[in-house]
Amino acid sequence: MKNELFPWLILFLPLLSAAVIALFFLRNKAVSSLISIGAVVAGFVMTCLFVTANGIHFSGESSVNWLTIGGLHVDFGLKLDALSMMMLFVVTGVGGLIHIYSYGYMHEDESMPRFFACLSLFTFSMLGIVLSNNFLMMFIFWELVGVSSYLLIGFWFEKPSAGDAAKKAFITNRLGDFGFLFGILMVWGLLGSLSFSTLQSALAANPAALGCCATLAGLLIFCGAMGKSAQFPLHVWLPDAMEGPTPVSALIHAATMVAAGVYMLCRTLFLFNPESLHVIAYIGGFTALLAALMAVQQNDIKRIIAYSTLSQLGYMVMTVGLNGPTPAMFHLTTHAFFKALLFLAAGSVIVGMHHEQDIWQMGNLRKKMPITFLTFTIGTLALCGVPPFSGFYSKDAILAQCLEQKNFLLFGVGAFVAALTTFYTFRLFFVVFFGKEKSDHAKHAHESPLVMTLPLIALAVFSFAGGFIGITNNYGSQLTPDHEMLSVLQQALEPLSNKLAMFCGLGAVAVGFFLAKSLYGNAASDPLPAKLGDLATAMKNKFYFDEFYAATFIRAHDFLAAVADWIDRWILEGAIIGAIRGGTDLSGRALRLAQTGSLQTYAFLFVLGVALLLYFVLGK
Amino acid sequence: MLFSLGLLGVIMRRNLLVMYMSLELMLNAANLALVSFSRFNNKLDGQVLVFFIITVAAAEVAVGLALIVALYRKRQSAHVEDLTSMKL
Repeated sequence: MKNELFPWLILFLPLLSAAVIALFFLRNKAVSSLISIGAVVAGFVMTCLFVTANGIHFSGESSVNWLTIGGLHVDFGLKLDALSMMMLFVVTGVGGLIHIYSYGYMHEDESMPRFFACLSLFTFSMLGIVLSNNFLMMFIFWELVGVSSYLLIGFWFEKPSAGDAAKKAFITNRLGDFGFLFGILMVWGLLGSLSFSTLQSALAANPAALGCCATLAGLLIFCGAMGKSAQFPLHVWLPDAMEGPTPVSALIHAATMVAAGVYMLCRTLFLFNPESLHVIAYIGGFTALLAALMAVQQNDIKRIIAYSTLSQLGYMVMTVGLNGPTPAMFHLTTHAFFKALLFLAAGSVIVGMHHEQDIWQMGNLRKKMPITFLTFTIGTLALCGVPPFSGFYSKDAILAQCLEQKNFLLFGVGAFVAALTTFYTFRLFFVVFFGKEKSDHAKHAHESPLVMTLPLIALAVFSFAGGFIGITNNYGSQLTPDHEMLSVLQQALEPLSNKLAMFCGLGAVAVGFFLAKSLYGNAASDPLPAKLGDLATAMKNKFYFDEFYAATFIRAHDFLAAVADWIDRWILEGAIIGAIRGGTDLSGRALRLAQTGSLQTYAFLFVLGVALLLYFVLGK
Repeated sequence: MLFSLGLLGVIMRRNLLVMYMSLELMLNAANLALVSFSRFNNKLDGQVLVFFIITVAAAEVAVGLALIVALYRKRQSAHVEDLTSMKL
């Protein structure tokens, strides 16, 4: 392996940057942002150099022994193969652009250095997940990602809603991670190793090694992905996480962290048996459908995109469940491009609108913000899956995978969600950029500075071309055994190989588009609630999931907490501690009466004692 | 007899100095007893012990008197009824 040092540098530079900023430059905006951006960009450059030196179809590990406890050996090691290197490109490339964008977006914030320190910490943890070669290391970075996500969602901690959202995200993730940890322990207990490659060869040698626990272990490990990738029923944290600054939403809650769950599933796909994959597929499909329905009635520009992220994550998880890691990772990558683009463009709109996020306060922004409008359009077309944008290819690959597995129910769900996606995305698009200005802010909106628009343009290029620059080749070479290399032209024409999937996808896009056009083409307010009635209210209120959880789990939890409090207060502290303390106190008070303080009494008692003693000793 | 006189003095008298003198009386009673037993048994152990007791008693008197003087300076009294501050 050439340049073996590079992956280590890529991993640790962001940590170094976070430490340096936190220790020395918490007052200096310019230096801190430059350090942070520099670390990520250097990571990107080194990834490029490493891949040019070794080629992408390369597989190796670089590790040092970290700890040995009894029979457990844990390496601190990096797994370098096509999968992790493509993810390196995504994290450092998209992450780098978002870092640069943040410089413009956060420019007026007083705590910008803190922001960049957290962002660097996040980048470090995310790279750790991508590169780790064993479960324990991945779990540690998994938690670190959760912590940095918590810090960044609650970045504006003086807002109570931001603090609450951060806590909600953290705690919901804990639930998933609890299962993940159990799954890891189960795998370790049954197979005796934590290293991915050892596990893989052990399972290849003896497919029944996990025995009857295979389904359970698979589902427990999936719990981790369920929390991180916000799958039903742990999906509730992601929309609230939009309280964080927009670049955070783009980096963490669209492009990288939420994709970590899908990445983990693909990395450990060998562990899952058909039954657990089946469950995973249906949970993914259900999440995709549910989130798309919720997105239809949201009015906050960031929340709409957040629900769309949820829905797309559901797509990816569904595809993994249908045993199609290549389309899932393909969609993950293109999604990272266009969803980061959409978020950053939305951020640009928000800055232009003086931090107004309600889409019904916007309107006609295409004249005021031409670059944002253009890039947002590209992002929208890619998300909806209009050829030849990248989303078209990845979504088509997913639908084709459904057909290939003969799962027509999930194929139907996929096509329906595609139509819904187009509908709500164009709803957002028309309301924000077309029609009349609906508020004074919209009349005085302005285009964002160059430092913000340049990353938009770069991402727009990838969102456009992501479908045929060889992403599937890179993933497929590792994940699909009989994958054949396709040239650029072949990739561009790949969807034609499964015409049913392609036409269903395109039909869904067309239906969604025309519905959105007719309803929202020139609307001043939302016409849908009047037409759908109660259904629209339910969608707007996210199908009352938050309320449902508040009424059941949170109330049950409160009840348990009250019982524990009562036991602690009355039984532990009141009865047991109180009895000991009270008993000591009471006997002390009683004994005190015997003390007169008079010297003579003591002397008399002393003599009496001596006399008694003498009587007993000598008297017999 | 001498010992009992000393004991009664310690128990009954209220003045610290007098109590102290009674204590000495008790010590000397013990000394007397030791000397007489030593003479009676024709052994010198008792007389040797008496010398030790006299030495220790001298040291004890020095410390005890110093304490009483210090107490008197602080409290302006050497009566045991006034010295009950240990009781709550």
